[in-house]
Amino acid sequence: MKTLFERTQGLTDIPFHYCPGCTHGIIHRIIGEVLEELHLLENTVGVTGVGCAGFAEQYINVDFQGSAHGRAPAVATGIKRAHPELVVFTYQGDGDMVSIGLAEAVHAAARGEKITAFLVNNANYGMTGGQMAPTTLIGQKTATSPYGRQSEQSGFPLDLPVLISNLPGAAYVATVTVDTPQNVFKAKRAVRQAFKTQMDGLGFSLVQFLSTCPTNWGLTPVESIQWMQDNMFPVFRIGELKQPQ
Amino acid sequence: METMFMKGNEAVAEGALQAGCRLYFGYPITPSTEIIEYMAKHLPARGGTFVQSESEVAAIYMVFGAAGSGERVMTASSGLGISLMQEGLSYMAANELPAVLVNIMRTGPGLGGLGPMQGDYFQATKGGGHGDYSLLVLAPASVQEMADLTMTAFDLADEYRNPVLILADAALGQMMEPVTFGAREPKRYDKPWATTGAKGRKRNLVTSYNLQNEVGEQKSIYLEEKYRFIQERLQWAETYQTEDAEYVLVAYGTSARIAKGVVNALRENGVKAGLVRPITLWPFPSKVFTPLNERVKGYLVVEMSAGQMIEDVRLSTEGKVPVAFYRRQGGIVPQHDEILEEFAHAFSVGGILA
Ligand SMILES: Cc1ncc(C[n+]2csc(CCOP(=O)(O)OP(=O)(O)O)c2C)c(N)n1
Ligand code: SF4
Repeated sequence: MKTLFERTQGLTDIPFHYCPGCTHGIIHRIIGEVLEELHLLENTVGVTGVGCAGFAEQYINVDFQGSAHGRAPAVATGIKRAHPELVVFTYQGDGDMVSIGLAEAVHAAARGEKITAFLVNNANYGMTGGQMAPTTLIGQKTATSPYGRQSEQSGFPLDLPVLISNLPGAAYVATVTVDTPQNVFKAKRAVRQAFKTQMDGLGFSLVQFLSTCPTNWGLTPVESIQWMQDNMFPVFRIGELKQPQ
Repeated sequence: METMFMKGNEAVAEGALQAGCRLYFGYPITPSTEIIEYMAKHLPARGGTFVQSESEVAAIYMVFGAAGSGERVMTASSGLGISLMQEGLSYMAANELPAVLVNIMRTGPGLGGLGPMQGDYFQATKGGGHGDYSLLVLAPASVQEMADLTMTAFDLADEYRNPVLILADAALGQMMEPVTFGAREPKRYDKPWATTGAKGRKRNLVTSYNLQNEVGEQKSIYLEEKYRFIQERLQWAETYQTEDAEYVLVAYGTSARIAKGVVNALRENGVKAGLVRPITLWPFPSKVFTPLNERVKGYLVVEMSAGQMIEDVRLSTEGKVPVAFYRRQGGIVPQHDEILEEFAHAFSVGGILA
């Protein structure tokens, strides 16, 4: 019998706790698979921020450090500078990386820190119950924008990869989606490219995943995918924004 | 053996290098800048890594990452910057990460000025950040001790798996004195918990994330016991002329240097005075006071703050001995004659002001 699919060694045996239809799980699997395929499970350290994304430390099967809300790129810097031979990555939510941790993220990129950052953008703060994030769309209702986000009051959605792709220290920058099997393959290619960029010592790499949060969006899993396609895809620039020369 | 004439801040940095500090992350701030500048110049040349961070917040988390990966690492700042590091220090204590940090105290609160002060004692010894934890806090009183205690700090950090803070004031950071470095080999500690890649072992997880109250209680009890163990073992103080003392001055850092001169003056005037100079501020050396409490007539605490360490002194006297207080603040150092005057006033000891 031919084995067509196996659970990756890149994930631990602990069952995911994520809500039904949340795409954090798919993103975990992609990262786990790529780590295994590149033979990186024994020489990689992951760093989490805080949020639902913070649980990645339980599930992705490598050494991990759990940092504070937003500080993962600084912690990853400390690890990478201490052990340049290791592959170091962060796994952060959009509240974590684009709001409270913006300085650490931008400066890690500006320094050309040879780490990889994974940003999971679900357009709100998942763990704390769906409040407005810097990524929340204009008009989107959240627990702290109950009348819909108004630009006069709360400004505009921040597309971090676009910003970071302008920095010389950033070598590979992409935004991907995991809404269809085809896009999952594309996302996986981006993850592989990001790790390779780090391993080749070319600089900072960032992959943003557009992701769902059915629980806080108040939608079914299927509706959530649709909502993401209809509302998030036009706002965040999808594709490889920057590749190594 | 090598003797150099250097600033307190430089002695801290050189001490760290000789203790095997491999990484330095920091952000410039007066009056601590000589430390970051010394590290920028000398650390890479000696095979280490220097990074100027974008903020003290980032600095402490870079320290977190390097410490979590098992390397000797340090940062330094002054009160304002140390305030920004408090969240990270709480996380480091929770994760039992060894590292050394230095606070060259300037004046506060707020932006303050650049003069020496001891107003960060509470921040240093009473937690500073959120949750039940303590830093180990060492208080040097000379340039030689700036070097020696920094070297010791790295060993204590590894020994007890906890961040260690060197608490010194601007005067100690800026003054120049001769300092001797002996040939001291850095101690090596096994760090099987460090995140160095899960090769041939189970994966390591350095985290304080935990949403189950029962697990949280176990963790709290574990840390409480660890801190109690340290409190039992690590109470350091210099005692000067306390054997027959009837009155004892209590001071640390720059205040202690002046207080020592006051003790000498009192002795010359026939007053049996002595000095207790705490070297560990956490744990506070209460045990040193226990025998003194039975025979001393009074303590005089001298500080460069509105009165912070005095609370620990009062606790250590168990209410048995009166405690007087003299302080100057805002960057002003207490003067010898002023302390003498306060002493005479507090304890009605006549004839010493002539
Ligand atoms: C300093 C600090 N402030 C606030 C919080 C509370 N908090 C926990 S998770 C979170 C938001 C997480 O949102 P996001 O980063 O988007 O991740 P998600 O949960 O959506 O995966 C917040 C505000 C915290 N843990 N620490
Ligand atoms: S709250 Fe949102 S982000 Fe968190 S697990 Fe549920 S769906 Fe996913």
